[in-house]
Amino acid sequence: MLVTLHVRLLAWIALFLTALPVSALASGEVVTAAVAANFTKTIEEIGARFTEETGHTIRFSSGPSGKLYAQIRNGAPFDLFFSADTEKPELLAAEGRADTPFVYARGRLALYSPDLPVREGWQQVLEEAGFRHLAIANPRTAPYGAAALEVLTSLGALERVEPKFVQGESIAHAFQFVATGNAALGFVALSQLVDPAGPVFGKGEFWLVPEDLHSPIDQAAVVLERGRASPAALAFMDYMRSPRAREIIERYGYSIP
Amino acid sequence: MIELFGASISLEPIWLTLQVAAVTTVILLLLGTPLAWWLARTRTRWRVVIEAIVALPLVLPPTVLGFYLLIVLNPNGAVTQFLRGFGFEGQLTFSFTGLVIGSVLYSLPFAVQPLMHAFESLSERLLDAAATLRAGTLDRFFSVVVPLSRRGFLTAATLSFAHTVGEFGVVLMVGGNIPGQTRMVSIAIFDHVESLAYTEAHVLSAMMLVFSLVVLTLVYGLNRRFGVKVG
Repeated sequence: MLVTLHVRLLAWIALFLTALPVSALASGEVVTAAVAANFTKTIEEIGARFTEETGHTIRFSSGPSGKLYAQIRNGAPFDLFFSADTEKPELLAAEGRADTPFVYARGRLALYSPDLPVREGWQQVLEEAGFRHLAIANPRTAPYGAAALEVLTSLGALERVEPKFVQGESIAHAFQFVATGNAALGFVALSQLVDPAGPVFGKGEFWLVPEDLHSPIDQAAVVLERGRASPAALAFMDYMRSPRAREIIERYGYSIP
Repeated sequence: MIELFGASISLEPIWLTLQVAAVTTVILLLLGTPLAWWLARTRTRWRVVIEAIVALPLVLPPTVLGFYLLIVLNPNGAVTQFLRGFGFEGQLTFSFTGLVIGSVLYSLPFAVQPLMHAFESLSERLLDAAATLRAGTLDRFFSVVVPLSRRGFLTAATLSFAHTVGEFGVVLMVGGNIPGQTRMVSIAIFDHVESLAYTEAHVLSAMMLVFSLVVLTLVYGLNRRFGVKVG
């Protein structure tokens, strides 16, 4: 009795598993893209549009760019790579693992605080440095962090606020420090603040850092070796340059160079 | 800073990691022993619930645990406010204290479970015999229970220490990567990999591997030599 029950259960599971890919595949090709974590939401929306229009399916594998880069170099099955910087795509191109990189988005840096008057009073807030912690992304690993350092240097405030730094491993992590109230303020991405579904949308205030205070936070993408032979992968790369995609990218708080 | 195989390695994260792991291990033995004793002896039906709660860190992804800690320990949160009442002025997150709190929670099952199993397999008769010899509760514990459970203690201490050394997700979330204060070895390795400094990452990882292998081998060796068969 128990045995037959198990057999039946297994049969159902097997049936379910075999039925699953059929519905997932629908029609068209499947493209796999590695995406820097900060851009995942944006590109998922673009991907959904692309699938509607072309019937090709895009699967996104998101993570820190450095990890994705290491995976690609070690044979990860990705067709496209959307990095959070320009360095890693350029390296891959130089190593012959990818085609010429193109900049698909430019990040905007913002100084955000739930409580402090940073929109008008950012200068005073940074000068007085009366807060306990200022969150930034790790300047060594995250372009937003490097940009934040440049901003503080150009404002002459670096020395005063540096002892108050807490570093997130990524811009998402730096954002969490501020959003959970553990750091009084932080340099985050505009895209995290303008997202209507985000946890701080409409709360607190931010100062949009002028772009001339830091080098551009360019995010570059490349077609990888595996993607060269895939028409769908190449089509998606073209689609990223289309007005439709640009509209979505800008809506999520990025600019396009 | 030392130079090793062409990579310059900062020793700060290594020193910090050893300190956090040592403090965590001591706290876990102090907290874990009475908890494990109670779990091993109690007859209440709540026992299974407490056991399950103790085991939770095995299931929760460390970054999730870290994220919850970030919320619970935040400066406006109840825990910090409660401590303010006793004159506490610092902040729990982004500090050594925060790292230790996170590590204690994260390694709790690794201390409690070996101790509990050791206590469970103690013979009731030995304890009764000690009692008839008029040994007090504490006396019985230290002269009968502890020597008989020393394998359990050794395992609990080793696993707590090793698990804390290798911890990443929790300290990543509550640490804030402050050099010399909260940047532990695993974070330093992650940083090296993320910034494509693979040589530094390799050297640091190799140091960690060799260290852990040596420590674990020593402990298991000791365990074999001096271990008392429990039960």
